[in-house]
Amino acid sequence: MKLFNFHKPIVGGVHPIARKAESNALPINVMPMPKRLYVPVQQHSGNPAVPEVDVGDRVWKGQLLAHGQGNISAPIHSPTSGTVIAITPHTAPHPSGLPILTIVIESDGEDRWLDNVMPIDPFGMSAEQMIDKVGQAGIVGMGGATFPAVVKLRLSRRSKVHTFIINGGECEPYMTCDDRLMRERPEQIVDSIRIVLHATQVERALIGIEDNKPEAIAAMRLACRHRADIKVVAVPALYPMGSAQHLIKTLMGVEVPSDGRSADVGALVHNIGTVYAIHKAVRFGQPLVSRVITVSGGVVKQPRNIEVPIGTLLSDVFEFAGGFEQAPARVVMGGPMMGYVVPDLNVPVVKGTSGILALTAKEVSEQQPMPCIRCGSCVDACPCGLLPLQMAAHIRSDKLDKATEFGLVDCIACGCCSYVCPSHIPLVQYFNYAKSELADQQRAIHKNEETKKLVELRKQRLDREAAEKAAAIAKRKADAARKKTEKAS
Amino acid sequence: MSALISGPHTHAPTSVSIVMGHVILALIPATAYGVYLFGYPALFLVILCIVSAMAAEAISLFLLNKPIRPFLLDGSAALTGLLIALTLPPWAPWWIAVVGCSFAIIIGKHVFGGIGQNIFNPAMLARVMLLIAFPLEMTTWVIPHPLFSPTALSFSDSLNITFGSGIANLDAVSSASLLGYIKTELTLGKTIPEIMQHANYDPLTSFIGMKNGSLGETSGILLLLGGIYLLAMRIISWHIPVAMLTALIAIPTLFHLMNPDRYVGADYHILNGGAMIAAFFFATDYVTSPSTKTGKLIFGAGVGSVEYLIRTWGSFPEGVGFAILLMNALTPLIDHYVRPRIYGRTYLGKPIESPIKSDSK
Repeated sequence: MKLFNFHKPIVGGVHPIARKAESNALPINVMPMPKRLYVPVQQHSGNPAVPEVDVGDRVWKGQLLAHGQGNISAPIHSPTSGTVIAITPHTAPHPSGLPILTIVIESDGEDRWLDNVMPIDPFGMSAEQMIDKVGQAGIVGMGGATFPAVVKLRLSRRSKVHTFIINGGECEPYMTCDDRLMRERPEQIVDSIRIVLHATQVERALIGIEDNKPEAIAAMRLACRHRADIKVVAVPALYPMGSAQHLIKTLMGVEVPSDGRSADVGALVHNIGTVYAIHKAVRFGQPLVSRVITVSGGVVKQPRNIEVPIGTLLSDVFEFAGGFEQAPARVVMGGPMMGYVVPDLNVPVVKGTSGILALTAKEVSEQQPMPCIRCGSCVDACPCGLLPLQMAAHIRSDKLDKATEFGLVDCIACGCCSYVCPSHIPLVQYFNYAKSELADQQRAIHKNEETKKLVELRKQRLDREAAEKAAAIAKRKADAARKKTEKAS
Repeated sequence: MSALISGPHTHAPTSVSIVMGHVILALIPATAYGVYLFGYPALFLVILCIVSAMAAEAISLFLLNKPIRPFLLDGSAALTGLLIALTLPPWAPWWIAVVGCSFAIIIGKHVFGGIGQNIFNPAMLARVMLLIAFPLEMTTWVIPHPLFSPTALSFSDSLNITFGSGIANLDAVSSASLLGYIKTELTLGKTIPEIMQHANYDPLTSFIGMKNGSLGETSGILLLLGGIYLLAMRIISWHIPVAMLTALIAIPTLFHLMNPDRYVGADYHILNGGAMIAAFFFATDYVTSPSTKTGKLIFGAGVGSVEYLIRTWGSFPEGVGFAILLMNALTPLIDHYVRPRIYGRTYLGKPIESPIKSDSK
């Protein structure tokens, strides 16, 4: 089959209607500071951050609001100067829509940085110090995965990573924030690449950009023309090219083992937004307190890219983009393929928000699901080589083990299968459900084992205590007897 | 609850009815040609088949307490009806159409659980049932009576053929199909070159379709065009038709080269009977064919081979229906064993080896 696929670096994939022209023509606007910012303590994968401030505290822009806990976590900083007016649960930008602890800041309008935030010469620092800077800045994967960047950098330094891949795929429809960043701030991005290469001792960098962004490709080529170790590679515009595994396959020709990670093939992958944030952190000492997001969708009056302070409510961002032409049928955080629906507009922009979309019913094009006609479109579309129709059939009949055997754990939830399904079956929803069920089962098994262990330990403790007690009684008795005999003698 | 809707929040402009619509569209040239070639009786059959298939669908849905509107309008029943019409002898009586279509929809589809659940292609199942149950009606091949030509039928004669007692001189206007003719003559001990002298066979005419045969199966070129349309619209992939036609060219060619007196060449097999319509419209039926590319190649090659087997050594002159049903039955097996390689895994499903060993493990 390879014979017919030589022009196609990855199997499957889809060409969704791009809808990028709506937002990619205008330069990035900077959002004026809103009155209030809602900064959740969990904006990253891993453990939530622990608040360091109290209600009523005066804070400066860039000041630490909450520190990370554990190895996989990230600190949270104040996006502006002002006062902490509440630390309270607030609707979180998460598929569940459940509230999480959120630090609410009232802006004082001055937007004053903390005094120690100032430009530094990164190449005067040691590699360790550079990496620490990234960790202290609270930088996470800004393509949406929100994995703490510092963990990946440390791992790359320790292991035999040789290629730094900068993910400029941006394959989600509507999304153009990485495109605009590359067009407008290519020097900063290349500067950051130099920093990462230096800090991790990785040999070369490949900037993979989908070929539907010729301006970005040209700008990046110009910016790195003097660097032999940094190369811009135009990759075919094919969703999900922005998936790290698939970009690695395309750029390096190798696949990441299903039980491994990028580092196992010698790759470190960071998204454009993340790389830009690293530049600001290491060059200027600025923690991650704002990001560029795409604001688009059929009902948005002025779709565009906006640099938004973290914690800005969606309602404020949409208002800045001219408001709505009509009530949106669905508001989505992230791209239309993998993003999730937000319950209302009182949800804040977080570190992993690459875009917000207010869509018309026509754009969403939701239809009543029909039975599967086994057309196999999902099989052809799946970039992971799975059989979505078979997996879905097994999940429908509650055979999770069968679905697992068909590769459920290898599904990256990219949505290609659902996108092409003529029966409009919500396949990804099936898979997400099954994955969470599996996780629950595993948790239950784990809990069972832990309980067993505890019961065993308790039994041992009780036995030990009983034995000690018996020994003590015996000793007391013996002592008493000895005393008696001593007395008697 | 709206928050728990998974992505994608966009969709390709497709639906079951759009897919079925494209297939019906692709069949229109061949259907129109069939009507032109065999006159009003052919038109009556096409309408009868579609109507009775949809009626059977509506009744089944009603009895099964399923929503009628969405399923009736998805186009699948209409397509089944049309496909059955195209495989019928063009002057077949009305009850053949009604019985065949009802059988296809009720027994071939809804007994298995409705759309997407059937193991056998309903239209093929109906054709084979009709062939076995009513061999006389199903093998009466009239010679072409093109509309607007001197031999064209009158409207009243046409009504009589489809709905009445037929016409008196039916035998005079019908003849055996080429495949049947060759088969019969071979059993009489004649050699292929001898048979062909009287067979009145010309590959080009045969390809265009000016010959006797089933209503919509005569014109190879129009069916091919329909197939190309489906390929271009990405409704079907090339794997099944190419594999099937390749088998149906390679195997006959081999035997023909070995013994030209006994075995006809590949062109007869491709251009006659239901090979072309089967390759693009029956074998490619989504529900009853494998869903992987490799599976499709196996399936297509299987249909072509079995078809040749039956045509050459079986007791029926045409074997494509049986070939498809047999491969339909094997489809679950093919789908079980033939799976694509998963990203990051070997064909056996084991994680691939890491090219470098990182400290992370």
